Amino acid sequence: MTVSNLWLEHRVLFGRWLARLRREPLAVVALLAQPMVWLVLFGHLFTKMPVPGGDYLRFMTAGAVVMTTFNGCLTGGVELLFDRESGFLVRMLAAPASRVSLVTSRFMYLTVITGAQGLIILVAAWVMGVRYASGIGGIAACLAIGALFGAGITALSMALAFSLRSHSQFFPITGFASLPLTFASSALVPLALMPGWMRAVARLNPMTYAIGALRELIMTGWQVEVLASTVGALLVFDICCVAIATTAIRRGMR
Amino acid sequence: MTSSADAAVEVSGLTKDFGTTRALDEATFDVARGEIFGLLGPNGAGKTTTMRVLLTLLKPTAGTARVAGHDVTRDPVAVRERVGWVPQEHTVDPLLTVMENMTFMGGMYHLAPAAARHRAAELLELAGLSGQSDKVAKVLSGGTRRKLELAMSLVNVPAVLFLDEPTVGLDIAARRDLWAYVRQISQQGTTIVLTTHYLEEADALCDRVAIIDRGRIQATGAPGSLKITYQARTLDEVFLAATGQELAA
Repeated sequence: MTVSNLWLEHRVLFGRWLARLRREPLAVVALLAQPMVWLVLFGHLFTKMPVPGGDYLRFMTAGAVVMTTFNGCLTGGVELLFDRESGFLVRMLAAPASRVSLVTSRFMYLTVITGAQGLIILVAAWVMGVRYASGIGGIAACLAIGALFGAGITALSMALAFSLRSHSQFFPITGFASLPLTFASSALVPLALMPGWMRAVARLNPMTYAIGALRELIMTGWQVEVLASTVGALLVFDICCVAIATTAIRRGMR
Repeated sequence: MTSSADAAVEVSGLTKDFGTTRALDEATFDVARGEIFGLLGPNGAGKTTTMRVLLTLLKPTAGTARVAGHDVTRDPVAVRERVGWVPQEHTVDPLLTVMENMTFMGGMYHLAPAAARHRAAELLELAGLSGQSDKVAKVLSGGTRRKLELAMSLVNVPAVLFLDEPTVGLDIAARRDLWAYVRQISQQGTTIVLTTHYLEEADALCDRVAIIDRGRIQATGAPGSLKITYQARTLDEVFLAATGQELAA
């Protein structure tokens, strides 16, 4: 497993994920339009909500970025389930390429795609009048934290993709998980406005941590302590998710 | 029996259990370098299991197998580098073009981009697919798709090529076309191991065959000499005699 071989493997695997996306124009449109839907729909639906700072759109920009990453990564593992179903995966396993590359190339792809979506949201929100307290560097920090959160979710999605028999089981499960987890987070509503039990759930939700840090970057500025504790919490979350995924993937590749 | 220096595949006492089911029971056979070797048997006989062990995708329960000079359990990556495989399932990506499928596989076998493109163009030429390089694979006919899969399995210039039921689902013209391509690959020095349950296919292509039933090798030899041994006119009759089955009423 030399570095140059790993590079060659990632190059073609990542290229394959991109080529598959390019051949589905509808999927490309959905990827670009969906972030807008969050901003426009929720941004206008809840304008009367009493949020810190008073500007709901500014409040929910962080939520829109993290929600988009969450949804993209949550369903992002399914392509490997398609490959398992079609027999393409086992053909790849018969090649000398490293098994790890099959998985890491998908991480790379989802990081790039959801990062681009996050950037679109941040730019669109700016056009709609949202200003960023931490400046351009803050936008980069928002995307980095989004990627750190997305990595754990991608790992869970992969664990699912390698545990289930078919994609007809995959989408009901991710669909079931998606909305409750989004609402039981600080994406759309401040924790202070939630009923007590829901606030308790939201405090355990890793999405809340990611959103909290992005919200500080957007509304307050650079809060080093908040950023450090968020990065720490997300790293712990990622490590747990990768541990779960590794077990499932090893079993699924046998 | 071939001497081990000339053997592309050496299988000795190979056994594979799935739980309490014995899928492969002490199979022993050799495939000489340059040969086209057929594994014949009914569904569930152990053909695909044998192939998957030789491809390093399954670990044998007992026995040993060497492919292209390397032990499948001790040195699986060396084996993978030296073999090609066309499985029964479709393994072209229908959303990629013919050329993209080829260069993808090249990368999976560690060819640099320029080398992968060069090799792909060469193989597509040989397969008669040069004119279709930029077509998205999902529009290809069944026969053309199979040829592409064969071309994809040759990117690493394999010493041994495994074909699992290569002509299932193809019409007669496409089947004969594919046979011609397989012979062409063989003439360039590649050893070929194929499974089939079309005895006509084994008769047309194979230098030697092994008849396998319920996980056991029942007979090995050239189709012609098996016909003499079993006093049979066709490979069908050899097959029935070797597996102890009666002709269906």
